[in-house]
Amino acid sequence: MQIEMHNIYKAFGQNKVLEGVHFSLEAGEIHALMGENGAGKSTLMNILTGLHKQDQGTIKINSTETSFKDSKEAEESGMAFIRQELNIWPEMTVLENLFIGREMSNPFGVLKNKQMKACAKEIFKTLNISLPFDKEAGLCSVGEQQMIEIAKALMTDAEVIIMDEPTAALTDREIEKLFEVMKGLTNKGVSLVYISHRMEEIFAICDRITVMRDGKTVDTKRIADTNFDEVVQKMVGRELEDRFPHREANPGDIVLDVKGLTKKGLFEDIHFAVRQGEIVGVAGLMGAGRTEIMRALFGVDQIDSGEITIEGKKVSIRKPTDAVRHGLAFITENRKEEGLILDFSVRENIGLPNLKSFAPSGIVKTEDEINFAEMMIKRLHVKTSSAETIIGNLSGGNQQKVVIAKWIGTSPKVLIMDEPTRGIDVGAKREIYELMNELTERGIAVIMVSSELPEIMGMSDRILVVHEGEIAGELLKQEATQEKIMALATGGN
Amino acid sequence: MKLEATGKSGIWQKFGPLLALVLLFIVITVLNPSFMEPNNILNLLRQTSINALIAFGMTFIILTGGIDLSVGSILALSSALMAGMMVSGLDPILAILVGILLGAIMGVINGILVSKGKMAPFIVTLATMTIFRGLTLVYTDGKPITGIGDSEMFQMLGRGYFLGLPVPAVVMVIAFFILWFLLHKTSFGRKTYAIGGNERASRISGIKVDRVKVAIYGLAGTMAAIAGAILTSRLNSAQPTAGQSYEMDAIAAVVLGGTSLSGGKGRLFGTLVGVLIIGTLNNGMNLLGVSSFYQQVVKGAVILIAVLLDRKKS
Repeated sequence: MQIEMHNIYKAFGQNKVLEGVHFSLEAGEIHALMGENGAGKSTLMNILTGLHKQDQGTIKINSTETSFKDSKEAEESGMAFIRQELNIWPEMTVLENLFIGREMSNPFGVLKNKQMKACAKEIFKTLNISLPFDKEAGLCSVGEQQMIEIAKALMTDAEVIIMDEPTAALTDREIEKLFEVMKGLTNKGVSLVYISHRMEEIFAICDRITVMRDGKTVDTKRIADTNFDEVVQKMVGRELEDRFPHREANPGDIVLDVKGLTKKGLFEDIHFAVRQGEIVGVAGLMGAGRTEIMRALFGVDQIDSGEITIEGKKVSIRKPTDAVRHGLAFITENRKEEGLILDFSVRENIGLPNLKSFAPSGIVKTEDEINFAEMMIKRLHVKTSSAETIIGNLSGGNQQKVVIAKWIGTSPKVLIMDEPTRGIDVGAKREIYELMNELTERGIAVIMVSSELPEIMGMSDRILVVHEGEIAGELLKQEATQEKIMALATGGN
Repeated sequence: MKLEATGKSGIWQKFGPLLALVLLFIVITVLNPSFMEPNNILNLLRQTSINALIAFGMTFIILTGGIDLSVGSILALSSALMAGMMVSGLDPILAILVGILLGAIMGVINGILVSKGKMAPFIVTLATMTIFRGLTLVYTDGKPITGIGDSEMFQMLGRGYFLGLPVPAVVMVIAFFILWFLLHKTSFGRKTYAIGGNERASRISGIKVDRVKVAIYGLAGTMAAIAGAILTSRLNSAQPTAGQSYEMDAIAAVVLGGTSLSGGKGRLFGTLVGVLIIGTLNNGMNLLGVSSFYQQVVKGAVILIAVLLDRKKS
């Protein structure tokens, strides 16, 4: 399938999202679509897949002008869109998820489970994955859920598959597998649109790249004819300094000391200490237990045994309130589910953990809160029209900054950040790194869980590697290499 | 993306119910001008006050995504206990205060079962609704409690006037302003919305979700007991079957006022308007001589239409 989108315009109310975008897709190519959050990538793809209708412009498919009534019609014409927020029914099994809305049944509506299983087996074989069909999808890892989505797309005989940040939550092994599958698909003539912020991947797998900025196409190039720096520059519209800011660590006293933290079946005998002004990176494969350790440390989940000492005092953390009281702050990996109240304004979200300081007597001093929110918005460069904007309307990077703003206000001693830059564009990432530097300069200790090795190595002063619920090793910044971390993370040495 | 703020609620959520109320006023007045007579309006306010008090408490609960079916039974039980205390010679004012405190405790029990017991509010309050009603029947032996004395202060509560306004209506207005302030100006109110909007994120933000919930259910119990005191005074007795199905009128008022049953969205002013819509319907249809059987049909239909409009316009 060959697609030509010409001079596309789209506005939502006053908000002009696309202003004259050109995009083309050849049969059997992998086409990277890049741009900062809010550049209009998702809107463009939503138009292509029939969810939205363009205000102006034409879409030609195999040289015939086409417009889809709705996403169903687009799907029938061979378009599939695998979104960042996966379409998974967590209480249903893998098999049920694969066939949702497309169940095979006899004329009386009785499901043909055997046939569905056979069909699913076939698809899993092409994808080279194995997942028990009876497993509840909610119990699968994010990586596995992603594979379910891809399998679903393949079952619709899609000729164009759009993937939005497909690797954000995948382990390296799963990414490799995904790339193999993608290559295989292109050989069969399937075209792929690959939306990602991960430059390495784009250069590894894509044929062409289109960069968007502020609702316009900046450029389309063959991957072979461009390079990392050029792409980044086009994306942000200015020269970008290094990906990671310069970092000078001055670790102080030990602020958090964890001994023998254990939760059966998830992690065992976890020891580590964090000093003031230090960034400790926590690396490991997905499902190794990194997030679980942090959740237990913060009191979201209960530990079976272990000892937590903060500034030399033994503390008991049984619920998040305890953790906050003892000076911990937690930026979770899923900001929409656990980080933000999406119906609240930016101001109200920032205010939430800080209510005590705005409402010492219980009455919220709105003026103080507005001032504080506006100061945070300025300091963290949150792009929002005002502090009263509903947070759900902001881009991912800006939402993440608000989550951080929430916690900075509580003046934490230890800030736990789980995947702090997931799904965020290069420019915003750098801003978040700079913020981390600023925080550690003020003596805050940061624990950063991340699946992105460059980030771990670029920002951490010390790296803990978790493997199957245990700390497999500790590396200093100077001695850390990707290879060493991966070796520890996979159980080697 | 620079999307403009849409606000907590659309135009319909804000002004739709109010518009419907005004329309209702006009229609009924055209059909029967005596509706607008001051006496009838005061009467209307007195009639709505009990539902209003219960619905105000219910608003907080529904904003957290919960529900309380037991408010009618709390009203009955606290009313019976108040009357019992008065019959046994306790000072009426003290009896009322103790009765309200007991209502608060019943609400707190609901709250503890919901938050600490991690049970669905619907189930918990369905059970306590039955339990509290049963206790009322046990305590009253199924018979009304009468002979609760002639304290003027107590009689004022349900039947008196203050500056020309019925006392129950005055209580309603005062309660509205206090609770409005609590919901929209205090950290407690903010936490109420936060829990309804995203309970997990609220917990991780360090909000004592359980404690807030217990307080909210306690508040609902308190409001039901205050309504109970007014009803007891008005009837000059405690009825074992008092307050039956009052929870439904309260929920209907909250929903009519544009508060979302899934929590996180809604306003107390909306509930006030919702209460007045239901009260106006009742009062107006009585004036127009509509059979009470049809009145129920109309009330149900109005709720459906309101929610339908809410869906379409938002």
